[in-house]
Order: sequence, then C-alpha cells, then structure tokens
Amino acid sequence: MRLQNVKKYFPVKRDLLQQIMRVGEQQYVHAVDGVSFEIEQGKVFGLVGESGSGKSTTGRMAVGLLEPTEGEVVFEDVHLNNLSGEELRKMRRYMQVIFQDPMASLNPRMSLGEGVGHGLKIHRLVNSQQEFRHHVSEIFEKVGLTPGDAYFDRYPHQISGGQRQRAVIARALVMQPKLILADEPIAMADVSVKAILLDLMVQLQREFGLTYLFITHDLATAKYICDRIAIMYLGEIIEVGDIRTVYTNPKHPYTEALLAAVPVPDPRFRRPAPMPRGEIPNAINPPSGCRFHPRCPIAQDVCKTEHPRLLDVPGQAGHMAACHFRTGDYIHLDPGPLINMNVAMTE
Amino acid sequence: MSLFQVVPDHSQVNKQEIILSIRDLSVEYQTRRGVLSAIDTLSLDLYKGEVLGLVGESGSGKSTLGKAIMRMIPSPGRITKGQLIFKNQDLMAYDENQMRDVRGKQISMIFQDPMTSLNPVQRIDNHIIEAIRVHEPNISKDEALSRSESLMERLGIGRRRLKEYPHQLSGGMRQRVMIGLALALKANIIIADEATTSLDVIVEAQFLDLLRELKDEFGLTILLVTHNIGIVAELADRVAVMYAGRLAEVANVDELFHNPKHPYTQGLLRSVPNIAMDSQDLYRMDGTPPNLVMPPSGCRFHPRCPHVMDICHQKQPWLVRVDEIGEGDEQVGGYDKHLASCWLHQEYQGATQARRY
Repeated sequence: MRLQNVKKYFPVKRDLLQQIMRVGEQQYVHAVDGVSFEIEQGKVFGLVGESGSGKSTTGRMAVGLLEPTEGEVVFEDVHLNNLSGEELRKMRRYMQVIFQDPMASLNPRMSLGEGVGHGLKIHRLVNSQQEFRHHVSEIFEKVGLTPGDAYFDRYPHQISGGQRQRAVIARALVMQPKLILADEPIAMADVSVKAILLDLMVQLQREFGLTYLFITHDLATAKYICDRIAIMYLGEIIEVGDIRTVYTNPKHPYTEALLAAVPVPDPRFRRPAPMPRGEIPNAINPPSGCRFHPRCPIAQDVCKTEHPRLLDVPGQAGHMAACHFRTGDYIHLDPGPLINMNVAMTE
Repeated sequence: MSLFQVVPDHSQVNKQEIILSIRDLSVEYQTRRGVLSAIDTLSLDLYKGEVLGLVGESGSGKSTLGKAIMRMIPSPGRITKGQLIFKNQDLMAYDENQMRDVRGKQISMIFQDPMTSLNPVQRIDNHIIEAIRVHEPNISKDEALSRSESLMERLGIGRRRLKEYPHQLSGGMRQRVMIGLALALKANIIIADEATTSLDVIVEAQFLDLLRELKDEFGLTILLVTHNIGIVAELADRVAVMYAGRLAEVANVDELFHNPKHPYTQGLLRSVPNIAMDSQDLYRMDGTPPNLVMPPSGCRFHPRCPHVMDICHQKQPWLVRVDEIGEGDEQVGGYDKHLASCWLHQEYQGATQARRY
C-alpha cells in the first residue's frame, strides 16, 4: 500500500449572511495536507496523533472510504482513484475496517452471524446458507468466540463489550482481507479487555499474514503492536520510522513532547520535559512555515517562514522527520534533543 | 539525568487528619432484573492534603462512589446504608438544603465533560464571580472580577478569554475553568471523575502538571477517579483499587505499584502497556467483570482469579492489613497501612485475627 502526497480539504460552511450576499471567500479545513507513506505487506503501520491531526481522515482515504482532494492511493499496484464505483466495491473486500465503537458497527437487528458474515453474501462468496454458517462459525472461533456456532444466533446486545469487539474483528477477517484499517480498535475497552484484544490482533496478524494500518492516539499501545509509525500533526506527517528508532531517538520536537507526555504506570517515573504550550490550532488557517512553530520550544525565525519537508535523518535508514534543525539545511542550528529518551527507555 | 526518582514523598499530606470517612457504605440500584449491588459495604478514609487515586474498570463502582459522597446517586439507585463523616458530621443525616451547601462549595466535582457543568449562556467571568461571591456576598463586583482575573491567570487563562462563553474554549481550558470554580469556592475536597479522559495526551500532561502545582499551593485534597493507571502513578499519593463494588486493595502509590498484594491489582498492572518498558508481555486476565445483579459468591473476583481456592467461593474476605505489623501498632486503619481483601493474605495473618477496616 502506498499513499502519495494525499490531501483532503473539507469546505467550511459559510454563514447565512455570507451565503445571501454571496460574499466571503470559501474556506477549507486542511484535514490532510500532503501525506505520503508506504506500508509493507505483513507489517503493522501505526498512524499516531492527537484529535484533529488528520489520522482518521488519512485512514479512510487509504481504504477508499473517502476520496482524496488530491494525491494517489495505490494498493497492490492498483490506483484506487481511477476505479469506478463497482471496481472499488470489489477492491474493498481486501481492505476491511475495524472502528472504535463495536455497537455502532454491528446491526442490532441482525444476529451476530448474519451481521458478521454479511459481506460474504454481498460479494457472493458463499453458495449455501450451510456453507455460510460453517464459515462464519469458524471465524468466530478464531477470534475466541467459542463455540462459534452458539454465537451465530445471538444478538449484539446479548454479549459483552469485549465480545462485541471480537465480533467486529471477525467481520473484518471473514472477508479474508489483505489489509485491515483499525481505527482506535480498543479505545473503548476496559484495561483488562484491552490487553486481550491487542494480543488477539497480534496473533491473527501473524496467522493470516495481515497488514494493519493501526490508528491510535495512545503511544503505549502503538509501541506494543506497530512495526513502523508515522506521527501526524495538523494534517501532516512530521516524523516516520521504525517504532524503536522513533521511540528511542525521536527527532521532531513534537514527537519528543508526545512521548514524554504519556503517563507511565510507575510512580517512580517522573515526566521530564516541560510540555509545549497551548493546544493544536485550527486547521482552517494552519500556522505559516512549520505548523508546530507557535508551540515549539526550539522554534526560531526560519520556522515561521519556511515549511520544513519530511527528509531523511542523517545516518538512519528509513527514519524521516520534518524539522529544520533535525533534517535539511539548518541542521547546524540544532540545539540538541529536548529530552534524553534513552534514559527513559532503559530500566 | 535519570528520569527515575526515589519513592515519592507525601510531605503535603496531613497523616493525622481524616477529612472524609466513608463507613460501610452500600449503594443499590433497583433494576427490572433485580437489585444491583453497585457498592457493597465499603469503608475508606480520605486524608487532608492527599491525592487518593480511585481506580477500577467500568462497572467497578468508582464513579458511583464519587457520586455517593455528594449524595447524588441518580434514581433508581440509592444509598442503602453507611455513613459519610465529613468534618465530624454525618452527611447522611443532612437534609436536601444542607446538602446543597456542601455540594460544590465544600466538595466540588469535576466531570469528564465540563460542558455539562458550565452554563452555556453565562460568560466565564460570571461563573467565577458568582463562585467568589458565595463566600463573600458583600464583595464588590470590580473586586470579584479582578480576583477572578488573577485566579484564572494562575490557571493559564488570559483576561481576554474570560469574556468568552464556554463553547468558545477548548476542552483543556474548560477543565481549567472547572478547577478555577473549585478554587474560588475554596472547596475542601475535589472529586475529579475521569477529568482528563477526553483530553489529548499533551493537554492532559499540562493539566496534570497544573493539578500537581495547585495541590501543593492550595493544599487541595483530591479524590482522583480514573481508569487510567498511568495518571494515578503520576499524581496520586495513595491508591484504592475497586473491583465489582468492593475495595480490592488500598496502599500508598509506591507500595501498590511495586508490591501489589491482590491478584486483581497484580493482573491489572501487568495488562497496561508501558511506554517506558523495552519489551513487554501483556498479561491477559481471564473473563469479564461480573454482573452485579447476581454477583459471584464469596470473593467477587474468584471466577477470574488465577490463585482461586475453595474458601474464595464460600466466604467474602475482609479488607485487612497485609504489611508488617509492628510492636504496639494496633491502630486499625491509618494512612500508611497497606490493605487488601484476599484470602491468600488472611490465611497468612490467621483468619481469626484478621480485622476488618
């Protein structure tokens, strides 16, 4: 899977007066602004950011649920933008989605079996009801809903939240997908259930050779499951690399702040860095130059005017960052890392 | 520079002064399927100046406990027994009028969604001014305004934002306003119920930093209700772990994280992904929290417990001391005591001598 300079702008509704007078400029929310990345087959690629960073919009474009304003999405050498509606529908079989709220993803008036296997019927992948039932029950067992046959006739409201999320995973799996977009798949589950679901996802990924696009705001969860990770801020990827490299040696000040902000479940641990001030700004008029500069503790004049590109970190293959002082022309001005992450990672 | 410090100090805490004592509190909900026992005979003390973390999963009763302290259990729920001793008075004996004086003014609550607590058609400054005037009705409007300005300045909200309405502020700012209200009212206890759950991680960290500073500056007593173990580790002095309406374990934060005694606490701590650990095998706790209309017999955790014994099915374990009991150390509860309710540890102390706290 490859995304090439993908953008998504949402038009902002003009207020009534402007509509009547036909004045005022049409404004756009720059939800995703030029995002490129590749996901290797069989890997877990994490997309991490705060709310409003554009991570979910990017995910939806990657699986063809949203059409990009600009840019290309390529899945197994097929350009999704060029496909007709019918062709796209056929492709969707290979790209399944798991969302956060399992209750919203399961039809309350369909039995679990019918709901989870619905796609099989739509894509005419089964020939008889018997085959259908057998196939769905088998998948139920794979996700730990055993005995599968017993769950087939139950309804979503009759099972627990954790079991519902398993059913949603089963619905994605039943189509034998190649890629699964998991958008905050465990955010609503309880702590003890989270661990089990996370483990289940890892185990299924290995068993079926799945590729995940894993979207989360939780960096500790991302660390547990992802092979590679991209950090998003205001619609842009500001750092991307192997999970270990990014976590032990973050280059972008925003990544450093994000990692340092995660509460560590150990009272002997003290969060070191002063957090950047303020909150993520409005995506209608993103800041000039580097979009992080109003909050960045090491920002200088150049950051206000020049937009940093996502460039290779010197000497680190596959690790890219978009910060003037860490990659590119102004690297000699680097005031050094904000936090010594290596200290935090040992122990 | 090491990020690991020694044991957190509790210098701000007055270990002698119990500000709120919850005694044998039970809360039940009438449901169509029967009586749901949300909190079962729970006793817990809150000490002046401490941050007590109250953790548990959904349905454990932690939020119910927060609401019960304010006597705000929504119908069809009700407090069926117990005492809430606050400033030597039992809140359970108060009438509605007296309770109204306690709520907000003496015990303040901060919810996950501050929009539910702020008046959408009142400007921020009016909220704060009103709160200041509760204590000093004779204060002039200008004086109240300048005081609210300096208070909000302290919380990182500029003068300009005070003229705005709640919907114009971001989630992080609204939570600061909520803290500001509690401070203006000079509340004795702040109950923060999942107050940071809807905030982004950096904003959450800013808010936690602010809370820590304010706690020292104003000597706040905070009951921190959360499902997030990391936040408890960061802010709490002491931790109470709830499971299925009962306390599983109570200990100071360092003891709880580094020497947990209850199998539920042990499992819970090991099932949280830790960003500071190099590699980690998450612990998979079997089963799900029980249905509290028909709770399991004996210890409510026994169907999920890896160490389950015969007695766990039959009898409920008391909450008992599990730390070393020194000479002349007969005091029952106490700030520094490590308590757990598990048959593994009652056995060890001799079940007959086990005292109930």
